[in-house]
Amino acid sequence: MLTDRRIGNLAHPAPAPIEEASAPEKGRSLWMDAARRFRRNRAALVSLAMLILIVLFTFVGPLLARWDIETIDWTVVGSVLTKGMPSFETGHYFGTDEVGRDLYSRVIQGTQVSLTVGIVGSVIAVIVGTFYGAVAGYFGGRLDSVMMRFVDILYSIPYMFILILLLIIFGRSFIMLFVGIGLISWLGMARVVRGQTMALKNREFVEAAIAGGAKPLTVVFRHIVPNLLGVVAVYATLLIPEMILLESFISFLGLGVQEPNTSLGALISEGAQTMQYGTIWQLAFPLIFFVLLLFSFFFVGDGLRDALDPKDR
Amino acid sequence: MIAFILKRLAVAIPTLLVLIVISFILMKVAPGNPFAGEKTVPKAVLDNIFARYGLDKPEWQQLLEYIYNVVFHFDFGPSFKYRDRTVNDIIAQGFPVTFTYGAWAFLFATVIGVSLGVAAALRQNGWIDHLAVGLSIGAQVVPNFVMAPVLVLVFTLWLRWLPGGGWDGGHWSNIVLPVIALATSYLASITRIMRSSMLEVLGSNYIRTARAKGLPGWQVVFRHALRPAMLPVVSYLGPVFVGMVTGSVVIDLYFSTGGIGQAFVNSALNRDYSTILGITILLGALTIAANLVVDVLYAWIDPKIKL
Repeated sequence: MLTDRRIGNLAHPAPAPIEEASAPEKGRSLWMDAARRFRRNRAALVSLAMLILIVLFTFVGPLLARWDIETIDWTVVGSVLTKGMPSFETGHYFGTDEVGRDLYSRVIQGTQVSLTVGIVGSVIAVIVGTFYGAVAGYFGGRLDSVMMRFVDILYSIPYMFILILLLIIFGRSFIMLFVGIGLISWLGMARVVRGQTMALKNREFVEAAIAGGAKPLTVVFRHIVPNLLGVVAVYATLLIPEMILLESFISFLGLGVQEPNTSLGALISEGAQTMQYGTIWQLAFPLIFFVLLLFSFFFVGDGLRDALDPKDR
Repeated sequence: MIAFILKRLAVAIPTLLVLIVISFILMKVAPGNPFAGEKTVPKAVLDNIFARYGLDKPEWQQLLEYIYNVVFHFDFGPSFKYRDRTVNDIIAQGFPVTFTYGAWAFLFATVIGVSLGVAAALRQNGWIDHLAVGLSIGAQVVPNFVMAPVLVLVFTLWLRWLPGGGWDGGHWSNIVLPVIALATSYLASITRIMRSSMLEVLGSNYIRTARAKGLPGWQVVFRHALRPAMLPVVSYLGPVFVGMVTGSVVIDLYFSTGGIGQAFVNSALNRDYSTILGITILLGALTIAANLVVDVLYAWIDPKIKL
């Protein structure tokens, strides 16, 4: 909901039809301008670099791992506090978890799962939300009020409980998690896109397209949607950390991905339960990755918004 | 005003019905039945059990009766798991606990958040402003389920000041950590929203006019600027309420406070469908009601909305 508000400020993006971007003599395009502004934002740049590093790490990291995610190191079982410490000698760079599995591999896998959930949630939001919102906004009238009333109703349902209900009734699985997240992630996007579409649909280029004989759906998808990409990009980036938070919340409750697979939320939950025995690294490593990941996404999203909508400042 | 409230109710009631129907359908399509145990029960016995819980009637009739009982008698029916308890009993036990720490957290987040936001805006780029901005950025990535273990680590395990769990009839020492864990991220958001909206209002023309005619500074802030600057915060209170309600699941699990969140998770793990359904509907209704209150409050504060 936070993102909603921030997007709400993004009233009218600079009007620059995508077609112009390919014509070099037109000078700087919207996207080049945005890229320039983004590069000047140091926090966003650092975050982007951080994000790239984390993603690279999830690909390169496993090559250096000496243990996989489920093999139990029997030499540390029973004395995790003394022998399961982070160390290069044992090959457990981040230490082991409570039952003697390598935390390094598990953190990498958890990061991958969290990233995947965040990105899948955003992709669903982009696809469903954009089409839904653009259609509702462009056609307006009764269709619009029915479609948006439906969104209103879904929005005011406490989805977290429905999601927990879904996971318990149909069993915990990746697919259920994605279905649940997909069900809710597009609502905000649909609202934002609808508002933007309504602002765009009376512009001259839309009129020109209609005059040129384009069918209504062609106008929506060929002419309006490309002009929404800036808003959509910002919103999608800001949605990723929220999806990661959501998944972590579910995992914290023990309803997320199933063992031996893991996610950052599940690892934080395990670490939180065992920290009283002094094995603080079990909480610290997943927590560091979690916080860095969220920070990066928030700052990149903020930077993108500032870059694509200079009026907001 | 009345017409406005009625119009909002016209959206709220269908929403609630949709919520009941969705939860009910989910419960019906769930595989297995709640009475399936290790030993096979004779069919006659099972039939009796079904008749006792009203499960022998057609589904649509069950749904209508359920809605009737919930709406007119506030009766969520018997628990499927505990023979001697009704869903109402379970809710009555957990709800006061959740309400206590939830209300404190709500107050804490709102009052501190608004004050900090106003102070930061009045002293822009001062130390209090930097503190507020730093806090709001930091807390954005520290959700309650991260906050809770960190608080316990510091205040229970290292400093040994406060108990790391339990409720003890609502003793203050048991309330402090849950409230902080629940409130922090919302406190940060409210601070950020309040700060930016206050800055915007303070820069507007009518505030300049108020200052120009020689009003004292505090009067400008409290009589002229505060009310319009509160609007974005008020509209954020709905999400805050939802967050407190869902957050209670984490708080109850982590601090063993025994609130409604714990009841929800327990019944979910026990497949006590009637209890899950009851709690979902109750919390959904509260959410919808909270949004309604926020809408009305917003309309009441905002001079631009004519009722």
